[in-house]
Order: sequence, then structure tokens, then C-alpha cells
Amino acid sequence: MSAPDAADVVRGRFEPGATEPLIFELGHPGRANTYFPNARALEEFLPAQTLRPDLPLPDNSELDVIRHYTRLSQRNFSIDTGFYPLGSCTMKYNPRVNDAMANLPGFRDLHPFAPDELAQGALALMYDLERYLAAIFGMAQFSLNPAAGAHAELAALLIAKAYFAKKGEGAARTTVIVPDTAHGTNPASAAMVGYKVVSLQSDARGRVGVDAIKAVLGPDTAVCMMTNPNTLGLFEDHILEIARAVHAAGGLMYYDGANANALMGNARPGDMGFDLMHLNTHKTFSIPHGGGGAGHGPVGVAAHLVDFLPTPVVRKTGDRYALDFDRPESIGPMRSFWSNFAHAVRGFTYILANGGDGLTKVSQLAVLNANYVRVKVREFLDTPYDEICRHEFVASAQELKRETGVRALDLAKALLDHGFHAPTMYFPLLVPECLMIEPTETESKETLDAFVAALRSIVEQAKRDPQAVLAAPTTTVVGRVDETRAAREPDLRWKAPA
Amino acid sequence: MANPENLLYSKDHEWAKIEGDTATVGITDYAQNSLGDIVYVELPRVGQTIAPHASIGVVESVKAVSELFSPVGGEVVEINPLLEKDPAAVNRDAFGEGWMYRVKVSGDPAPDLLSAADYEKLVTTA
Repeated sequence: MSAPDAADVVRGRFEPGATEPLIFELGHPGRANTYFPNARALEEFLPAQTLRPDLPLPDNSELDVIRHYTRLSQRNFSIDTGFYPLGSCTMKYNPRVNDAMANLPGFRDLHPFAPDELAQGALALMYDLERYLAAIFGMAQFSLNPAAGAHAELAALLIAKAYFAKKGEGAARTTVIVPDTAHGTNPASAAMVGYKVVSLQSDARGRVGVDAIKAVLGPDTAVCMMTNPNTLGLFEDHILEIARAVHAAGGLMYYDGANANALMGNARPGDMGFDLMHLNTHKTFSIPHGGGGAGHGPVGVAAHLVDFLPTPVVRKTGDRYALDFDRPESIGPMRSFWSNFAHAVRGFTYILANGGDGLTKVSQLAVLNANYVRVKVREFLDTPYDEICRHEFVASAQELKRETGVRALDLAKALLDHGFHAPTMYFPLLVPECLMIEPTETESKETLDAFVAALRSIVEQAKRDPQAVLAAPTTTVVGRVDETRAAREPDLRWKAPA
Repeated sequence: MANPENLLYSKDHEWAKIEGDTATVGITDYAQNSLGDIVYVELPRVGQTIAPHASIGVVESVKAVSELFSPVGGEVVEINPLLEKDPAAVNRDAFGEGWMYRVKVSGDPAPDLLSAADYEKLVTTA
């Protein structure tokens, strides 16, 4: 790569369809702001072996940096700019009051090493949030320690492992059962902990069959990982019998909280027989996420597993709160300090702002919206499991692909031209050319109608002029990207021009 | 593309060409078409002993990561070196240059392998 002429770079930014240059291409030696002109050189304080002759960092003024990143942010798709029906990801509106509370100086500026007596408010919040989650989901206790969903899955499986080790069954219980309608990260989490994954095919109704699960249960069964409603958006109506069968075999039931937005105030995993679960505070309790942003993944357990929860837990004695690290059977900390504490504040705010009745209604509206979109979409796309769904449903472009060559991927790309983010694609794997649509409760009927109209017009265009759909998107800053080449020949970092 | 008559097929969409005590294995054209553009293939090691239907590798496409299940058991004697540099060979020619590995078969090939006609039935009713 040769260095672009600086004037061209600046001019180029203002042309239509321009690609934002890399921050490295914008700089100029000596341009970086120096805030400490009279300070002694840092090198004086560092041992010689830690110094390096050069450090190819970009050299930009503050204004150029601000403009660069602001411009990039304007090109992002986000829930603040458009409808984002990404199935199983629960991209709901993030009420600003959550951020306002997380920005209260008493929370925001609290040092993670603050002694308990100076952090009573923060500890009280964590204590109360934990109690609320336990009540909403029917578990004995939660830990707010894990930093995201898959991290919490890992924590839960480590808890299961510690539990079986204590019972003297650690060597015998080697398998984790994962139905094909479970959340996508479950098999990976089980493998991370050293379990052998047994995949289980769902039945014709898209559910786990009681006989099917009995056929794979045995003395080697450690955990059965499910989500309910499952990734087809369907409620596992034999969940009590499944839980009984797993328990009879000595195994534990794990609930993946990815789909918890369908449940609040309406059903509780604890009542369904689950021993372990996690939540994604950043999904169900409305925290901005996506693009790899910070998450928050509380892990909850039934009474017989409480001692294994990660440290620390907040303990309340009288009206005082303290962090308790003295838990000899704990699997230990999953994350330093108080994990992503600001997210705990946001989730806590969301729960208080809605109240019990509000959360119940949130889940009911999420289910209503999904069913509204489903019955509209089935007028022009196959909906393979066509029954009342929960908070999400799946459609398939298989027939459309046969007819026109237009795939789920192409529909997703074309939606961008209509101002909508794509639904989840190609998951769950059991539905070919799958689109998994989760509207969430925060969208108006007008938005849902506009989305359905856009998808309908793309399907009609596919039948008339498939090439046009295959070329989409054409109105976005970046058009159709070559995903195959990106995966085969990844070019991940800037290299200084030779 | 038609499924060649001289191959055996598994329900997991792999094919095996049995010649003497050696089996050449790959994934079917139906499989590569369902997966879409393949970007990475992880094969078993030469010398590795594999059991029929065991998960012995991974195929990654732009859509998904899928496991490879061996249709036969035995010892891996050769892998297709082309696929490390050019995984797209599986998309171009799943039954030919996109072959994946060769196995010195021990025991009978799995009895549940299908003929071309039966495999055809399986994928058209899927």
C-alpha cells in the first residue's frame, strides 16, 4: 500500500460513497496533541529494557480523531437509528434513564478498591438486583460476576463440574446434551469445560421429545443445556417431563437466558426444573450491546448449588452490606472487581422503572409483536414451524432460493437498502436458509408494518428481477462486501507503507 | 450435480469411494451447496485412527461452522493438501478435487451407508 496523498485523503472524505481512511492514513508526524509540554520525558522513569526505538502509533490532532470516529459512528447501524430485529439477540430500545443512573457520580466515580463501608450504596444495589433476578426467574441465588452470556455459561458449567466433583461423580459425568434448538454458544461452552457434547435432534414440532432425551441420558450425563422458548421461538411444552428425566439420571438442567425476554412475569425457569441458568442483562434488561460491547451475564442456581457460585457475593447483615470472599466451595471469581458494574446499575434501573407489572407486559408485548410479524411474513415466505410463537420466529428462504436463486443472505443485505438491520441468518441450523426474526416489545405497529412491507417488496423483486436483489445493498456507505474473500484472505491490520 | 453411482453416502452428507481397503472421503455436492462458500477445512491428522460417524474435522463456510463425520473407520493415510490453501475446491468439485482424506479401512464400512439412489431420495425429501 502506498501512502495516499494527504490532501486527497481529506478531499476524498467529502465525496459521495467515500471510504473513511484509517486513522493511520490521516496523521502527520508531530501532529499529536501534547498535553504535558513541560513534563520530563517518560523514558527517564522507565528501565532501558522496556524502551523500544519506534512505536508506529498514529500521529493525529484531537480534532482529526474526533471527526474520524464521529464519522465512523454515523455510518454504524444501531438501535438508535433503526429497527434491529436480530433474533435471539434482543436488540431493544435502551431507555436513557438507565445511562443517567449509571452516570451518577456516586456510582460512576467509585473506585473498585473502595472499602465496603464507603461503597454501601453500590453494594446495596448489587444485593437488591440479585434478589430481584432470583425472584423473577425462580432461582435460589444469582451471581452478578460473569461479564457476558457465554462467560456465564462457562461459569454455570464450572459450577456443575464442581458439584459433580464434590459428589464423587466428576470422572463419570462427561457428557453435556445440547438440542439443535439450543442457543448457538452452548456446545462451545461445554467443550471449553472439557465435556463431550451430545447433539439432540428436535422433533417434527421443533421441540425436544421426552423419549428422545431419555434415549441419550445415562450415568455419564452431566448437564442438559436448553433454552425455553427455544431458538425456533417455541415453548418447550414437555419441559417438566424432560427435567424429571434428566434429574432421574442424576444430571443437571441448564437454562440459557438468551430468550428470557419472553418469560418475565409469565414463567420462571426455576419452576420448570432448571438448576442453573444465566441471563443477559444486556439483552433482557436493555443495555446497549452488539459490536462486541461490554455485556453482563448473571449466573443463577438452585439451592443445592449456591455454595459453588463465583466470588464475591454481597452479604447483608442488619442494614450493612459487605463483599464475601470466604466461600471455600466457590468456583472463584470469573471477573475482577465487581464485573461490569455500570451494567448492573442499568439493569437495576430498568427493573425498577418497569416494576413487576411492567416487566410482565414487556414479555407479553414482545410475544405479541413477534406473532404479528409472523402472520404477515408467512404471506410471502415459508414459516416452517407455523404456530403461535413466543418472542421470535423463524422464516425460511429455501423455496425462494430454489425459485429465484435469492438466498436468506441476499434478503438480509437488501433490507439495509430499506433502512432495516438484518434478522439473524442461518441459525438455528435445522432450518435451511433461515431468517430468525425478533422484533422486541419496543417497536411500534408502524415500524413493524414498514419492516414487513420492505421484506415483502424484496421478495417480490426477487421474483421479478433477482439480479437487483443479489446486487444489494446499493444505498449504503459500503455496498455488498465480499465476505468469502474476507474470510479466506483476512487483512486485519494496517501496515506501514514500505 | 448428480451423485455418482460408484460412491457410498452417509446421512451426514459425506461420500466414500471404496477401492480395495482404502476409502476416499469428501462431502457431497448437496452439502457444499447448503453450506455456501467454504472458507476453511480442518481435516484429521495422517496416522489418526477414526471411528465411523465420529466427529473428525470441521468445515467452515460464510454461513456456519459444521462438523465432519467420517462415514468409515480406520487409519487416516492421506489428506488433500490442496484444501489448506484452496478450500473453495470443495465448492467447485465436491466429488473430485475437493476430496478430503483417505482412510485405510478396518472392519466393514458402516452398514448404514446409502447408495446414490437412496441418498438422492434423502436430499430431495429433506
